[in-house]
Amino acid sequence: MTYIEFLQVHGSRMADGTVLTVVQFLLATVVAVVVAVLFGLMRLSRNPGVRGVATVYIEIFRGTSLLVQLFWIFFVLPLFGLNLDKFVAGFLAVGLNMGAYGAELVRGAIRAVPRGQWEAALALNMTDRKRMWRVILPQALVIMLPPWGNLVIEILKGTALVALISVADLMFEVRQINIATFLSVQAFGTALIVYYVLARFFVTPVMRALERFMSRKIGRA
Amino acid sequence: MIEWRWHLVWELAPRFVDAAGKTLLAAGGGYSIAVVLGLVLVLAQRTRFHPLTFAVREFVELIRSTPLLLQVFFVFYVGPQFGLVLSPWTAGLIAIGLHYGAYLSEVYRGGIESVPAGQWEAAKALNLSVVRTYRRIVIPQALPPAISGMGNYLVGIFKDTPMLSVIGVTELMHTATAVGAESYRYLEPYTMVGAIFLAISLPAAYLISRFEKWVRRTLGMVK
Repeated sequence: MTYIEFLQVHGSRMADGTVLTVVQFLLATVVAVVVAVLFGLMRLSRNPGVRGVATVYIEIFRGTSLLVQLFWIFFVLPLFGLNLDKFVAGFLAVGLNMGAYGAELVRGAIRAVPRGQWEAALALNMTDRKRMWRVILPQALVIMLPPWGNLVIEILKGTALVALISVADLMFEVRQINIATFLSVQAFGTALIVYYVLARFFVTPVMRALERFMSRKIGRA
Repeated sequence: MIEWRWHLVWELAPRFVDAAGKTLLAAGGGYSIAVVLGLVLVLAQRTRFHPLTFAVREFVELIRSTPLLLQVFFVFYVGPQFGLVLSPWTAGLIAIGLHYGAYLSEVYRGGIESVPAGQWEAAKALNLSVVRTYRRIVIPQALPPAISGMGNYLVGIFKDTPMLSVIGVTELMHTATAVGAESYRYLEPYTMVGAIFLAISLPAAYLISRFEKWVRRTLGMVK
């Protein structure tokens, strides 16, 4: 069987899997961004209780493995009556995990905004909320976008784990193809290339474009 | 609502201690491979032979932007297709060592690039050989800035060892899944695995940051 024949036979399954991988990746990214902003801001709160909750969340999710968290959410939560569909459990686990890493990026970026900016906003009599949304966060966003570029790649890679709870993503499909055909190089090799192309030619350029767009927007082109 | 069974925890404890040892072994073994491989990868990128530099650069990018899980499967299943059968342990250590070797090569690269150009020029002016320049001048200076990254990836490799369970390495995750299949209890095994990971990775992260500060102090590089 030549490689072309292999692709003709199994290509459509892999394409379906790739679509699911991309969907999981996009949803996980949304979850991660929300979690990161929420817990990143909570870490900077003046209230020690709020800060404590965020710290515990971040340490738990960064201190254990994504796979452990995924299995916990999928196998243990139903025991407490919270039944999640495998599709939801998949992107939720990846998003919650990566969000904890993102929260530290958010916190670091906000702290890296020069002190003068805070003082100027205070001097202009801005409300706390307005100061955060209009002055601090836009600048923090520019600071944190480059490390987010790496994190987003980690999210893409993380979604491969959802195959282990039978979400039919690319990883899952090539595993099935491998079991059926034993053509491991073709199956896994193709998947490696697809993930690489997604990361290198889609995710990274989008993040770079976003970096350029944001720094232009706040006048740092 | 399901109740937590302590007696199950005590019953399972010996098995989990054993499995935790294997997890640490996998992390340690994989890291040892990665430390050496990372050095090879970074030195290969610094040669003047451009095809090699380009190939290694792309290889590192490929490894870094594809899932470890996929690489684990690739290494484990591709061998037999060519008549080379690897045990789960061998395949797992190769895959994880390769993955983190690529990451560490980037850490080393950052370290080497942080050595001022004048150091290279001085070494050249003193007619030091390439090997001597690296061993005595560059690496000692490149190491301190690399320690924090190396430490992060040590904790990272530890947390990624559960992925080896998919090819049958009997570490913590594999044990927990086996217990779940035997007893239909998932709450205690998976929670115990999480707790063990926390109990090891949090102190490890703390010790690494202490070590980093200590190195900076001893080398007189206090920030």
